[in-house]
Amino acid sequence: MSQAPKPEELLRVSHIPPKKDWMDPRVDLIPGTWGYPGKASSLETLGLPNPREWNPTDEDWKLPPNWKEIIHEGLKERLEKYRSLKVFLDICVRCGACADKCHFFIGSGDPKNMPVLRAELLRSIYRKDFTTVGRMLGTFAGGRELTEDVIKEWFYYFHQCTECRRCSLYCPYGIDTAEITIVVRELLNLIGVNIDWILGAAANCYRTGNHLGLEPHTFKGNIDFLVDDIEEYVGVRLNPTFNRKGAEVLFIAPSGDVFADPGIFTYMGYLMLFEHIGLDYTISTYASEGGNFGLFTSQETMKRLNSKMYAEAKRLGVKWILGGECGHMWRVLHQYMDTMNGPADFLEVPKSPITGTVFDNAKSTKMIHIVEFMADLIHHGKLKLNPKRNDYRRTTWHDSCNVSRGMGMFEEPRYVLKSVCNNFFEMPENTIREQTFCCGGGTGLNAGEFEYLRMMGGMPRAFAVKHVQEKHGVNLLVNVCALDRAILPPLMDYWAPEVSVSGLTELVANALVMEGEHDRPTDLRGEDIPGLEGDE
Amino acid sequence: MAVWYSLLLVLGMSLFVYLGAGLLGLQAIFGIAIPYAAILVFLIGFTMRVLGWARSPVPFRIPTTAGQQKSLDWIKPSKIDSPYTTWGVVGRMAMEVLLFRSLFRNTKAEITEGKLAYGSNKWLWLAGILFHYTFLTIVIRHLRFFTEPVPYFVQALENIDGMLQIGSPVIYQTDVILVAALLFLLIRRLVSPQLRYISLPADYFPLFLILGIALSGIMMRYFAIFKVDLMSVKVLAMGLATFNPIVPEGIGVMFYIHLFLFSMLLAYFPFSKLMHLGGVFLSPTRNLPNDSRMVRHVNPWNAPVKVHTYEHYEDDFREKMIEADLPVEKQA
Repeated sequence: MSQAPKPEELLRVSHIPPKKDWMDPRVDLIPGTWGYPGKASSLETLGLPNPREWNPTDEDWKLPPNWKEIIHEGLKERLEKYRSLKVFLDICVRCGACADKCHFFIGSGDPKNMPVLRAELLRSIYRKDFTTVGRMLGTFAGGRELTEDVIKEWFYYFHQCTECRRCSLYCPYGIDTAEITIVVRELLNLIGVNIDWILGAAANCYRTGNHLGLEPHTFKGNIDFLVDDIEEYVGVRLNPTFNRKGAEVLFIAPSGDVFADPGIFTYMGYLMLFEHIGLDYTISTYASEGGNFGLFTSQETMKRLNSKMYAEAKRLGVKWILGGECGHMWRVLHQYMDTMNGPADFLEVPKSPITGTVFDNAKSTKMIHIVEFMADLIHHGKLKLNPKRNDYRRTTWHDSCNVSRGMGMFEEPRYVLKSVCNNFFEMPENTIREQTFCCGGGTGLNAGEFEYLRMMGGMPRAFAVKHVQEKHGVNLLVNVCALDRAILPPLMDYWAPEVSVSGLTELVANALVMEGEHDRPTDLRGEDIPGLEGDE
Repeated sequence: MAVWYSLLLVLGMSLFVYLGAGLLGLQAIFGIAIPYAAILVFLIGFTMRVLGWARSPVPFRIPTTAGQQKSLDWIKPSKIDSPYTTWGVVGRMAMEVLLFRSLFRNTKAEITEGKLAYGSNKWLWLAGILFHYTFLTIVIRHLRFFTEPVPYFVQALENIDGMLQIGSPVIYQTDVILVAALLFLLIRRLVSPQLRYISLPADYFPLFLILGIALSGIMMRYFAIFKVDLMSVKVLAMGLATFNPIVPEGIGVMFYIHLFLFSMLLAYFPFSKLMHLGGVFLSPTRNLPNDSRMVRHVNPWNAPVKVHTYEHYEDDFREKMIEADLPVEKQA
């Protein structure tokens, strides 16, 4: 499927708004920029309202007869539940500082992709229905009538926001469009308006424990394949355990890492790392998903999916939980999990059995990020590394949105990366760390049918990569996010060909000197490492 | 359209005062009743609004982290941008409220010659901060009308503000800067196609209203034909402040326009975006510490949800699990 035009055409994007007033809610569904609707079966699995067959291109979306009332009551309830929503709807001054901070606005030029206007799509309805001035003065006060066209507009534009929170960084009042998008998607889910790529994954996760819908034997089988690959490329046979009671640590990674290239190389990295340090850990097939597409559905769905982590940790009797490389997974774990499903008083404060370091920063959730764990190992000299094995890589670091603006993990990954690879080059400062750009496909927008949107939204990230590619010959974009690993490769092919994508642990593992390893002329991908042929 | 409506509204208000206080002589209404009513609306409205926000809980700890988290001992955390202590949060809020820290980050993205570049863009920050501080200074200067004797700091502020000693009466720098900043904010809104596109009457109206207040004040002070009797103004102001209102004769109509527009600003405040004054303090992405893995944040409406339990899961997949050598709780 190729809906995106050539890069040169996309570059000619105009940021001048159209003549049509933004208050007109009617949208053109441009192919490649909207998602197929959630399947009835997925909604039924999750017990969500209004399961049916429908199509966004149809005139009739088969909304429930009282949809208007449902939305009104839903918004009212959420105004009472979230101070963030109430304050953010009331205080925006439309200064426009957020406008060109959104990757979708930069890439598409569509004014409704300016965060300020995206929020106004909801704010205008709120004004009309919930404020005195809006009720009295209507359009003059910025109010709009809630119509089916508004629902369609919401469906379109709130699935063109990846909740990356870049706008919230620049907003003088910290207005966070992610909060608005989260609420609108919740409202839409109340009347059965959603996309398959999110709902299908959430339903899978509910049923099988992971987004991909891998049943326990398949999940284990996939990891067994990775074990075979490690044996082939490294010469060491590993024996990871599953659902094992009494292990010290429960390890949970995003399921994308057991399934697709290049995430699988990262998973191979996890397995090698744990073997290298002799970690007493186990993998669960029940809590086999680190990510959480509930975050993109509703607070309640997020909580339901997330509950498996603590439940499984308790059942298996582990001491603490180690989480794999993921982005939005860590937004949920860092800012939501303990509140939703805690307190985890049956666990212990994470303590590295190798270095003795106690992770006080996770003393309540009892869950740490594998990069925090690795940084500590390397700092204490517990890993036997040969960074020269990564000399053929010229790397740059992509800060994933959620671990950046929803966690603040900047130094740990850089420390790890620099420890295992001699060639590291930062992208321009306006595009990294807290100012980092989204890959263009977070929050469940990685469906094939969204390709055009992703090429537009990923443009700022891709340009920054291209810059270091031209300047420093960068050929590898490293990150800690499973969605990044899926989304960035095609983005690079489109904007910055010849740049590959990898997880951080893959690079660590490639540099690890494993006990009993055979000659390793290839990397974990089975590709020859240039310059290493005659080296060892 | 939005811009003309707003301008006309402010001009209409001024004309209304000219007719009411000037020609019809309703000074008591414009000098006493309306200001009192406006203050009342402001105080009650502002309080209600803030209480309304405070009534909704903060279910999750969602700071936007703009710096390194506190994790390993040897990694230096960012105490202000990713605060993990109360003092860190206080620092972050102070930077936000007093220095407009977030707006200071502002950049401008531009695609030129096939490249995407980000330029520094501090003009909005500069105009914004100048506007707010000059307005504050001017409001404080006005305390001289409501106090007897005039407090030292008001006098001192006045002296500093007129430091350049230009003109007679001496020109206050804040008057000039305030008008310049307002004009910048207005012109920016009109010139930038994107801003113009998003701007509502509610964006232009406060700008024109405050411009009206400033210009009427300036005319009174610096232009002979609009001069008002300052002694009488002070008598009126002291009367208002001491709840002993009197309307002295012979205050020029320009004063009533000035006072009316300011009253309108106060009355309009609680119902408008100007409430960002209160709201910025309650913004959950700024006023919370980044410590949600260290300290459990409690959500008052956290409710039990239906989950797919392990037992249920094993029931669904037991055969397959046994076949794959996965441990099970119950044998088939």
